[in-house]
Formats: sequence, C-alpha cells, structure tokens
Amino acid sequence: MTLLCARGLRKTYGRGDALVRAVDEVSLDVEAGETVAIMGPSGCGKSTLLHLLGGLDHPDAGTVVLAGRHVDQLGERGLARMRRDAVGFVFQAFHLMDELTAVENVELPALLAGRSPRAARRRAVALLSQTGLADRANFLPSALSGGQRQRVAVARALVNDPVIVLADEPTGNLDSAATLEVLRLFDDLHQGGQTLVIVTHDSRIAATADRLITMRDGAFIDETRLDGGTAGSLARLAGLDG
Amino acid sequence: MGRLLLIWRLALRDLRHRPVQAVLLLLAITAATSTLTLGLALNGVTSGPYLRTAAATNGPDVAASVLPSGPNGTQAPDLAALAPLASAAGVTAASGPFPVAFATLRAHGHAVPVQAQGRDLAPAAVDQPLVTAGTWVQAGGVVLERTFAQALGVTVGGTVTLDSRPFRVVGLAVTAAVPEYPGVCYYMTCNSPTGQAEESGMGLVWLTAASARGLATSASPLSYVLNLRLRDPATAAAFAAAHGPAGLTGPQSASGLGLLTRQEVQYADNDLVSVAQQVLAPGSWIAIALAVASVAVLAGGRMAEQTRRVGRLKAAGGSPSLIAAILLAEHLVIAMVAAAAGLGIGWLVAPALSSGGTGLIGSPGVPALAPGAVGLVVAVALGVTLAATLVPVVRAARTSTVRALADSARPPRRRVLLVAVSAWLPAPLLIGARLVARRQRRAVLTAASTAITVMGVVAVMAAHRATDIATARFNWFAGLPDPVFGRVSQVMAVLTVVLVALSAVNVIITGWATAVDARQPSALTRALGGTRGQVSAGLSLAQVLPALPGAVAGLPLGVLLFAAANGTGQVLVPPASWLAVLLLGTLAAVAALTFIPSLLTARTAVAPLLRAETT
Repeated sequence: MTLLCARGLRKTYGRGDALVRAVDEVSLDVEAGETVAIMGPSGCGKSTLLHLLGGLDHPDAGTVVLAGRHVDQLGERGLARMRRDAVGFVFQAFHLMDELTAVENVELPALLAGRSPRAARRRAVALLSQTGLADRANFLPSALSGGQRQRVAVARALVNDPVIVLADEPTGNLDSAATLEVLRLFDDLHQGGQTLVIVTHDSRIAATADRLITMRDGAFIDETRLDGGTAGSLARLAGLDG
Repeated sequence: MGRLLLIWRLALRDLRHRPVQAVLLLLAITAATSTLTLGLALNGVTSGPYLRTAAATNGPDVAASVLPSGPNGTQAPDLAALAPLASAAGVTAASGPFPVAFATLRAHGHAVPVQAQGRDLAPAAVDQPLVTAGTWVQAGGVVLERTFAQALGVTVGGTVTLDSRPFRVVGLAVTAAVPEYPGVCYYMTCNSPTGQAEESGMGLVWLTAASARGLATSASPLSYVLNLRLRDPATAAAFAAAHGPAGLTGPQSASGLGLLTRQEVQYADNDLVSVAQQVLAPGSWIAIALAVASVAVLAGGRMAEQTRRVGRLKAAGGSPSLIAAILLAEHLVIAMVAAAAGLGIGWLVAPALSSGGTGLIGSPGVPALAPGAVGLVVAVALGVTLAATLVPVVRAARTSTVRALADSARPPRRRVLLVAVSAWLPAPLLIGARLVARRQRRAVLTAASTAITVMGVVAVMAAHRATDIATARFNWFAGLPDPVFGRVSQVMAVLTVVLVALSAVNVIITGWATAVDARQPSALTRALGGTRGQVSAGLSLAQVLPALPGAVAGLPLGVLLFAAANGTGQVLVPPASWLAVLLLGTLAAVAALTFIPSLLTARTAVAPLLRAETT
C-alpha cells in the first residue's frame, strides 16, 4: 500500500540569475513499512524535499499525498494537524528544547496534540525505555551525549504514533559510537514496521534501507532497490551485528 | 584619535543598520527626559511675572488688613490697629486704608463671594493695580481682577451685580498685592499647614470707595486694607513679625489684624503652579524607571543580535575594551540625542502648563533652565543608558570569540514547577508559560514595567479623584471652576500620555525581544504539530502572564504613591470600576501590542528557521 505519494514536486529559491532549483520535478512513492534512504551531496535539495514531504514547507508545484490526504492542499491548521498526528521529524541538530528534560521533550508533541499530561508522560516514559534511555529521562539535553540526544529526538518523533518518520541527516552531528546507537534504533523501528524516509550522507545508513535514491541538483538521478528489502535487517546490513 | 574614529564609525554604522531599534530607544529615553525637564522647568517659573507685576503696580511689601471683630464679626474693625503701621520704622510709603466690603457677585449664572475694594480715582502710591483692559474705577463701574474675570467669562462692557446692585465692568486689572485668583487671601493666611496655597475661591474687584461703603451692612461691616512699602523689601517678614499680632492673625486675632508679605504672595502665586510640579516630580521618576526597563530589554535584545558581530570584531583583533566601547558608544550617542530632545520638548511644553493664570503681567514664557537642571537631565539620560546596557555590554565583550562567531544563543533557564504545571494547561498557555520560564529576567522586567505603569496611572486616577472632590467642594463654595484644577488636569493628562506611551514602547520592545528569542522554539513547536494560532497566542501570553501580577501589584502601589506624593499622606482609592477597567485594559493592551510581533514570528516559514540552526 502506498503511504506517501509525491508527484512533480518543485521548489525554487531566489530569482533571475540567482534562481536555485532546490527540488526539481521530483516524484516519489513510499510504501507502508518501507525504509527509503535519500543520498546526495550537500545542497542537492535533500532536506528541502523532506520538508516538502512533511508539510514544513510549501512546494511551488506538484502534489504530495500522505495517507490519502493531499498535503499540498492543506491550510496551515491542517498542516499542523498532519505534522502532529501523521509525521514524526528527526533533525540533524536534534532540536531539543534545552530547558526541558528528556522525558519533557518527548511528551511535548503529545501535549500539543491535546493528550492528557498523564497519558503523554506514560507514553514518553515507555518510548524512552524503548530507546534505552529510561535512566536518562530526567536529564537535560546538555547532560546527554550526542547519540542520546538523537535517541530522545527519535522518541519524540514517535510519541504521537506517526504513520511516517522523516529523518534529516540523523547521524550528521554524531561520532561513530553515537551513530551506531542511532542506527540500532532505526533498525528497531524498521523491524517494527515503521515507515521511514531518511536523508543522509552516511552510506552505512543508506545501505540499510529498502531503497536508495541518489539526488543531485534537486532531481533524482538514480534509484536502487537494495537486497535487504523490508524483511532485511538494518543492523546486519550495516555490519552492526556482533 | 584613530581608535576614537574607529569606535565612532562602527557605532554609527550599527545605528544605521538597525534604525527601528535606535528610534525606539530614543523614544523611551526622550519620554523620560522630557518629563524630568518639565518638572524641573516648572520649579519657580512664576517668579519672573510676579516681579514684573510688582514693579508695574508699585506692589506693596506688606499688606495690612483689619477685619470686623466680635462673636459674629459684626463689630466695626479697629482702624486704630492700622494707624501706627503707616509711620512705623522702615516704611517709606503707604496707601489706604481702603475700605473692603464682602459681597456676592453674580454673572453668567455664577454666584461668587468677592472682596470689593474701594479705591480712589487717583492712582495710589502703593499698589495701584495695572489696568490691562478698559479703564480704572469710576462711579457705577467695577474693575475685575483679570484671572477672576477670565474664570467668570466676563469682559469689559459686561454687567455684574454685587449684592444685587448692578455694576458695569469698566476694566480688568492685575495686582501684586494678593495672589491671583483663586488664591486671593487678604484676611487669612495664604498658606495652609501643608505649605500649599490656600485657595479661598474668593474673587477680587475694585470699585469706588463710595460704592464699597454702599455695599456694607450692619451684619457685614467694612474691612480695611493698608498697603506699605518698606525701605528694604527683604525685611517684610521681620516687619510682619514685629508689628503683627502675636499668635493668630486676621479674623482670628483679637484685633482682627493680619499682615501679608510680598514673599508670601510670591510664594502663593508660585505654589498655584507648583501643584502641577508636584504631580510631575514623581511622574518623571516613574517615567525614568520605565525608560530603564525599556532600555534594558532593548539593549539586551540588541546585544543578543550582535553576538556574531562581536565575534567578528574579536577575530579581527578587537579587544574586549574596544568592543565594549563600541557597543556603549552606540547607546550613549542615542542617550545624548534623547537628552537634547527631552530638554527641548520639556522646555517648550512648560509654558503651556504654567501660564494658565493671567493674574500676573506677562506669561511666564519659556522658562530658563538652570545649568544644574540641564546637567541633571543629561546625567539621567546617560545614567539610565549605562545602568541598562553595562551588564549586557560587558557580557558581550567577554564572550569567547569562537562562541560569539557560532552565535550560540544564551542557554535558557529552566523552572521545574512552571514546566510541570504548564503540562496541564491548554497548548497556548503551555507555550506561553514555558517561554516565560526560558527568560525570567525579561519576564521580571515586563512585570516591573507593567507594575510601574499601572502604579503611575492609579496615582493619576487618585489625583483625578482628589481633584474631582476638591473641584466639587470649590465649586460649591466658589461657584466657579478652579483654574488651578484645570492646570493640574492638563499636567495629569500629559503625564498619563507619557506613561502610557512609554509603557507601550516597553511592551512592544519586550514583545519583539521575546518573539526574536523564541523564533527557533516557535518553529520547532510548529514542526511538532503546534498551530500558528497556538504559537502566536503563546507568544502573546508570554507577555500577558508576567504583566498580570505586575498590573495587580501596581494597583495598591499607585494608591501608596499618591499618598506619598500628595504631601498629606491622604489615602484615596479610585473607584473599583476604574481599577477593574485599568487592569483589564492593561492586559488587553499588552496582548494587542504583542500580537503583531507574535503573529509575524508565527507566520515565518518553519523550514528556514530549523535549517538556520544547523548552519
């Protein structure tokens, strides 16, 4: 079943000689439970594409349908509701609230969605346990390592049970050890049937996806279906086992 | 020299780069310096006109009067008490004794008690009132003191009645023998125990001696006034002490004798204006406190925006002292301009507040500002700026170069209780409360500036209430509106406008600073599912939440301020409905003024803000 369907997406910045085609006529289908990795050099439009898919930015042209809803036709309120209920974002810079503890960061989207504080806290605690951070729940981000912060960010992305998680360079700010922590987490999500679109520079993450798309100058130039498929093990493919 | 030039050039460039902030800063400091200048300029503003009037009318150094005596004031006054004064040592000239009748003047529907002074047609050697319109007294004609005539709305050629006898108004005149209306006070002390001019509400008219005598009755016999010129006017008080009755004076003394010195008249004339000055003095300090809050938030916001610039200057070899000098220079230039603007505005507005009375020759005109006053205004402008900017400037100058170049934001504060409680609130309140928790110093400034504004407005309300009560009392016994109250109302209106304007600037500045500071968390909140409406409401609430306790605290503080400022300790609480409107109006104004920056922040695209954080 196609969960995400984008057609003819275009996004430009500037005008005249300074015109930049960040995303140029891109079409993409993502099946439910599938993991898609998008790779490409810096500035090729990967992050912009991710923002268009998640409703953080409006395309100049093209359509995005997520779980049957036309994202490109939604108003600001509808987009907010969609981001709250259907999409989980993971950013390269983590974007955790510095003044909130790990568990408070994780529960925030649930509170914004109107869940009761008790239910939001229960869900946040459960997700932190799932991400191996139960003992760090009351730590501020400044007291966590990079890998731990990104795992908190992943837990936050999952708190409202999104149909898709969009990850923008999730290991871009991490050292090797932390990268492995995050890779394991994505592997778990993949095994659990979570749909993932991951923009990355890291070939190890890319190698774990069901599909690898290469992007350059705002357009897809190559698409490869990898061996692992949806039944494959990210950890094994990335050489994390053992 | 080169270093100074560099500081000047860099400071000026930055001011041009951020003109809106510079203008807001200028406005905030100018409002404070204008109010302070106004307060200083009004001090002693009437001394010039009094001296001119005294010179033009041969004003007396001492005016001695005797009132009817006896239990009901029906016994003829003891004229013998006046006789030795005309020939007393130190007296060089005298006029009178002139008969004075107490009568009720009716005109234009008003019924006002007056002292009707009987005068010769020939000019008197001492106290010859100067006719400013029409002619001097003549049979069947009456001359009105000019301020009194203006309050009555009577002009030359009109008709008035004195105890039901018609008189034609033949002239208007000014005198330095008694304070101008409504402070006319021959027979009672011109100064109340609080030191303020006693407003008798009594008018002064001149008419022929025969007409004055004609107004006397057995129930209300004539009084007499004798005007004396002394060899040395400075000895008037000593003369009055030596020749006046011991203890009580005027109608309460055994002889009915009362002596009024030129210094008392001058003081009373000045005091009628200084009521306005009494309102302005605490008002200007309130304005200064608000300006400090404005400048502190603005300077803090400017410093936060300049972090990367500081890093670049340091990377280019700038020392912390050079950077501090550049940042301070920007603000001090604005402070100097604001001081000049405030001095100009205060100097120009002062005459409008001090020339309400026309009982003296010539308007006080543009008051001369003493060098000390100018120095004080400049010092306050510089002091306000230094007090508000020094800490952020030093902090910016001491920031490490690498950190400054990275433009890393100041880490927000965490308030455990507020975070926990806010989880139970609706999303806009949750966002607002957490923004408050992030920047507590700013929240404290918002609360403080709101408290100061509300305190000032409540004090003005209490003053209005006191004025209303006094006006009603004055109208009751005088039958006329009091020009002094009009003048005070003008001052209070000016002060209210200054306070509200300063406060509005404050709210806009704080709202803007909060919105700028909250751009990234706002974008993140929207990425996590918060709507624009929730975010903009949250940003507005981040101002309203601290404003609420500030406004509530300002209510009793305003009542206390009025009690402290009115000199009598009188506690006067404005009506509850006024306070309720003020409280709700303040919160609504804060919400409205922060709505636009909040809306603009909430409308900013999310993606660029989140991307910017990673670069």
